Amino acid sequence: MDKFETITGVAAPMPLVNIDTDMIIPKVFLKSIQRTGFGVNLFDEMRYTRDGDEIADFVLNKPQYRETEILVAGDNFGCGSSREHAPWAIKDFGIKCVISTSFADIFFNNCFKNGILPIVLPQEQVDVLMKDAEKGQNARMTIDLEAQTVTTSDGEAISFEVDAFKKHCLLNGLDDIGLSLEKVAAIDTYEEKSAQARPWV
Amino acid sequence: MSPKTIYDKIWDAHVVQEDADGTSLLYIDRHLVHEVTSPQAFEGLRMAGRTVRAPDKTIAVPDHNVPTTHGRENPETMTEDSRVQVAALDTNAKEFGIHYYPVTDVRQGIVHIVGPEQGWTLPGMTVVCGDSHTATHGAFGALAHGIGTSEVEHVLATQTLIQKKSLNMKVEITGKLKPGVTAKDITLAVIGETGTGGGTGYVIEYCGEAIRDLSMEGRMTVCNMAIEGGARAGLIAPDDVTYAYVKGRPHAPKGAQWEAALTWWKTLFTDEGAHFDKVVTLKGEDIQPVVTWGTSPEDVLPITGVVPSPEDFKGGKVDAARRSIEYMGLTPGQKLTDIEIDTVFIGSCTNGRIEDLRAAAEILKGKKIKVGMRAMVVPGSGLVRAQAEEEGLSQIFEDAGFEWRLAGCSMCLAMNPDQLAEGERCASTSNRNFEGRQGYKGRTHLVSPGMAAAAALTGKLTDVREMM
Repeated sequence: MDKFETITGVAAPMPLVNIDTDMIIPKVFLKSIQRTGFGVNLFDEMRYTRDGDEIADFVLNKPQYRETEILVAGDNFGCGSSREHAPWAIKDFGIKCVISTSFADIFFNNCFKNGILPIVLPQEQVDVLMKDAEKGQNARMTIDLEAQTVTTSDGEAISFEVDAFKKHCLLNGLDDIGLSLEKVAAIDTYEEKSAQARPWV
Repeated sequence: MSPKTIYDKIWDAHVVQEDADGTSLLYIDRHLVHEVTSPQAFEGLRMAGRTVRAPDKTIAVPDHNVPTTHGRENPETMTEDSRVQVAALDTNAKEFGIHYYPVTDVRQGIVHIVGPEQGWTLPGMTVVCGDSHTATHGAFGALAHGIGTSEVEHVLATQTLIQKKSLNMKVEITGKLKPGVTAKDITLAVIGETGTGGGTGYVIEYCGEAIRDLSMEGRMTVCNMAIEGGARAGLIAPDDVTYAYVKGRPHAPKGAQWEAALTWWKTLFTDEGAHFDKVVTLKGEDIQPVVTWGTSPEDVLPITGVVPSPEDFKGGKVDAARRSIEYMGLTPGQKLTDIEIDTVFIGSCTNGRIEDLRAAAEILKGKKIKVGMRAMVVPGSGLVRAQAEEEGLSQIFEDAGFEWRLAGCSMCLAMNPDQLAEGERCASTSNRNFEGRQGYKGRTHLVSPGMAAAAALTGKLTDVREMM
């Protein structure tokens, strides 16, 4: 996994609440057996007409948001299906950070596995960032994971919380499986003990 | 020792290692796999030269993509990309030596119906699957939740997950349900109360008399939609109803092991005085047959209600409700029972079990669906289908004008050819009414099986109590 570096980039506003993973990547695109190539279909039904033409007033189709790297979104972002195709599509589009008041649990975890930083902030601060994002491409935000800050185009720095282990993995681009396999002796011991205690499993 | 919830107990029994900050390696007892969220995980294993650590605890079944029409064992009946996914599961199951139920096997079906049916799901287990409706298995007093594909790969390689413990939430349904009110109405009513984010960060324990009174099928329906309320998992403490369901299943313990298992299972309850971080209580007698009007499972109202106005809501939900009402083609103030439908879908991991089919057949017996209505029943597994045929239910459905299909996820997520066309409106026993969920610009109203059957007869959303 790539290391998560400090980003300074365009933030796009998507204030709609409950943006679900069917909106992020409709199921017709889940039939690929690859992890890449989903970016073109990110938010497909909101972004294109049935004929494949761009819908001009969808935020990511506007000229000032085509290079979006940060998404500022409404509450409960990523609810619904467990499909990791959702973060794959977000990443493939070029978005590396999503900011909201809350995220659905599985989506939140899936982001970290793909080098995407989901940031949870209180409503008032998301409102500030949403307003900043609405300014378009001249309003570039900075996300500094090391310092745990989002800085608006006006220079206002907002601190955020992040799980220490997840931060460490993102900053260093660490592979979870590799880390867990280092604990294989503990897994062996657990299996031996549980085979005694719960042999029916 | 401080009192524990059932979630605390199952969690504690599965911690392999815990770091100082609470990040834990949690052992996984059962890993269910289907064709859509697993190919990249198996490919990842292959690329890294890794193997499946516990193939005996890994069970695969194709369900999301497969056609539900006859002749589907012929790959020609599938679109090219579906065929590739199912073929990949086939190859991966054989190569890595995991349990597998292909479409040619009568035990094939929706992964969350097959697991319990075959006795793979047992009380006190940790169960995961690359599917959010894994919460279903919580009905057995198991800790069960959905995971993404990277985590699927992690479980395949290590039989563990890196987790932090969730908070405890109690959802109590007191008293008795009124006639015509089902497990589906309970679970939708709870989401209507808490919102789709109300369970975020929690594991829910459902309890109370109305929950205890449910069959295992009903309990699975309730837990299935815990995810729609945002919870990581939903579970119900095991009891005699659970043990009676599990006993004698192909992979359930037998003999002395059964007795040993039972002894442990009987310790799986929440201790008196255990702490819950959040409590929601509903009175069973207050719950009515409900339907969804919008495009989020929290958009729930009793069937006797009217379509709300965006102004009835607060904050970001005002715009979301406006968008939903427009998408659904409804008018604020319109009576829900005046909403005309053209499609009925009975099935899914929420309501594709035998009891669901019985409830629908009870309403349909000796009647015909409205002329022009497209209606289908998709049993949750080949065994549910066989049992329904034995009980004469399939005949009732076919006589009424329903299509009687083979098992799969079908129109719940419409990855296979079972889809809504643009503007079509469906009364569906599935779990999600998201935009486009059942087909591009399709419109979904979530209901119980009895309500779906009633709607098929009248052509409108209908109060099932008027048909009883």
